[in-house]
Amino acid sequence: MEQVFQQVINGLSLGSIYALIALGYTMVYGIIKLINFAHGDVYMVGAFVGYFSMSTFKLGFVESLLIAMMICTMLGVLIERVAYRPLRNSSRIAVLITAIGVSLLLEYTMMYFVGAGVRSYPPLPGFLNGSFTVGGVVIKNMQLVIIGVSVTLMILLQFIVRKTKVGRAMRAVSQDAEAARLMGINVDNTISLTFALGSALAGAAGVLVGVYYNSINPLMGLMPGLKAFVAAVFGGIGLIPGALIGAYMVGLLETGVVATGYSMFRDGVVFAVLIIILIVKPTGLLGKNIKEKV
Amino acid sequence: MNTRFPSWLIKVVALLMTYLIVFALISAGAIDDYVLITMVTICINIILATSLNLITGFTGQFSLGHAGFMAIGAYTTALITMRFPSIWAFLGGVLLGAIIAAIVGFLIGLPTLRLRGDYLAIATLGMAEIIRVLLLNFEFTNGAAGLSGIPRNVDWTWLFVFTAGSVLLISNFLKSIPGRDLIAIREDEIAASSIGINAVRAKTLAFVVGAFFGGLAGGLYSAYFYFIKPDLFGFLKSIDILIIVVLGGLGSLSGSVIAAILLALISTWLQDFPEMRMIIYGLILVVIMVFRPQGLLGDRELSMDTFKRIVPRRRKGTS
Repeated sequence: MEQVFQQVINGLSLGSIYALIALGYTMVYGIIKLINFAHGDVYMVGAFVGYFSMSTFKLGFVESLLIAMMICTMLGVLIERVAYRPLRNSSRIAVLITAIGVSLLLEYTMMYFVGAGVRSYPPLPGFLNGSFTVGGVVIKNMQLVIIGVSVTLMILLQFIVRKTKVGRAMRAVSQDAEAARLMGINVDNTISLTFALGSALAGAAGVLVGVYYNSINPLMGLMPGLKAFVAAVFGGIGLIPGALIGAYMVGLLETGVVATGYSMFRDGVVFAVLIIILIVKPTGLLGKNIKEKV
Repeated sequence: MNTRFPSWLIKVVALLMTYLIVFALISAGAIDDYVLITMVTICINIILATSLNLITGFTGQFSLGHAGFMAIGAYTTALITMRFPSIWAFLGGVLLGAIIAAIVGFLIGLPTLRLRGDYLAIATLGMAEIIRVLLLNFEFTNGAAGLSGIPRNVDWTWLFVFTAGSVLLISNFLKSIPGRDLIAIREDEIAASSIGINAVRAKTLAFVVGAFFGGLAGGLYSAYFYFIKPDLFGFLKSIDILIIVVLGGLGSLSGSVIAAILLALISTWLQDFPEMRMIIYGLILVVIMVFRPQGLLGDRELSMDTFKRIVPRRRKGTS
């Protein structure tokens, strides 16, 4: 039983990280119907920014987190501006291929500058390294920080999307960009804002992963990016609550597979579940079925 | 078209000439092993790219899992030729690998082809990842270390036969009735269905044929390079193939061939700077999509007619 709770805690921390990445995927998909393959790499850049800010500039955890979020925000907006905006009226496949191109560009530009090797984060101040035991279950303080930061950011995001004017604009654009434009909404700015928010979350996820797993490399964004996307599809892509549910389910599933001793299969299991979901209910757990009209 | 020579004759002669010239150069030692490796890579990439083009360019089904089919072919051929090192086992192995890849393509294709666009892309990606994870974990595939010491059965003759054969078969398939169905589906699936094309069957067929040749290319790969491991057939390999298809033009077989040659030259030139190579690949993708989304050739083909057209009058528009 303790074992189970232990794994649930681990799964929740992993799920929180996937959730932060998945939210960016799902928001971008919701608004311009693009699988932003470069999103996982924005997360990677976040991890490296955090690394350099902690090791080279000797800044604290919170400052590094904020700096990484800021730089990723700018990066996300820049990517959208340079690579995706010129393609606003192109076919979906064209944009998807561009996203793959941007992803390669980020990965290998980073590799060019920092090398392909794995780097580890500098040791953390005492509090973050600690852990405590509740009824036989070891909880690391870092796990609480991850879950705490993620939940805070998600609540903040939900507030922005639901309660503010720009959030309303985002929802309007995702429903019907043309109609939103007619209502006087600046669609381009709203899309930029979506990229900004999603990238900020990814940047935060990057720093959290760097601190938690203590190892980062230029290709680290690939797998978590794909899995976060799986999570987004799992819950119903384009839906923020769906991404959350999906991310926690993928996190728990993966931890469960590892805990039962099949850690080599964990990527395979996640993708197998993805394919099953796509076949049974392509719109995801919370998605609605939309018929294509001629 | 009133040519004195039938066009197939010109094709056959051109192919034979290519074969004989290269054969003579190899025999004379003008082409060393280093150049030959590049040529092998080019030929394998041509098969991979044309078969992926069949799925993505001609049928419009976005697949990100072509490396998975390649892996199946590569491992089948390797396992068979390592046990029975003979040329017949090699041929049988390549054929069997291609057939198994086609069966997997069918099994994956049938249910997932209900998905469209992005969802299909992600499902095929998942499929390729699952194949890779299985290869990593099976006992007989020797896990992450992969298989080495695979007998080399591919020489220029086989390479040429398989490459030219694949491209010709795929191009002839596209001129057949089922092949034209595929193009109709790409243009407008609903309209195609409404005139009686069985869209699911046609798309599955595209996947099966594409997977078959993907597996065949994998077989050639393992029969030339001695060594395979699951990580060779990961997501990046699928992307590699996709880049060739996109650069050449979605829906242009000759475009794929040209792009395969072009990119192989670029990557040979940049092979001392692997990061630079990938950065340039990334840039190529973005720049092409922004400025020339249809790729180098668009959906046109480079053929005898093109050469004839260059000489007289003005350029003819696409029909």
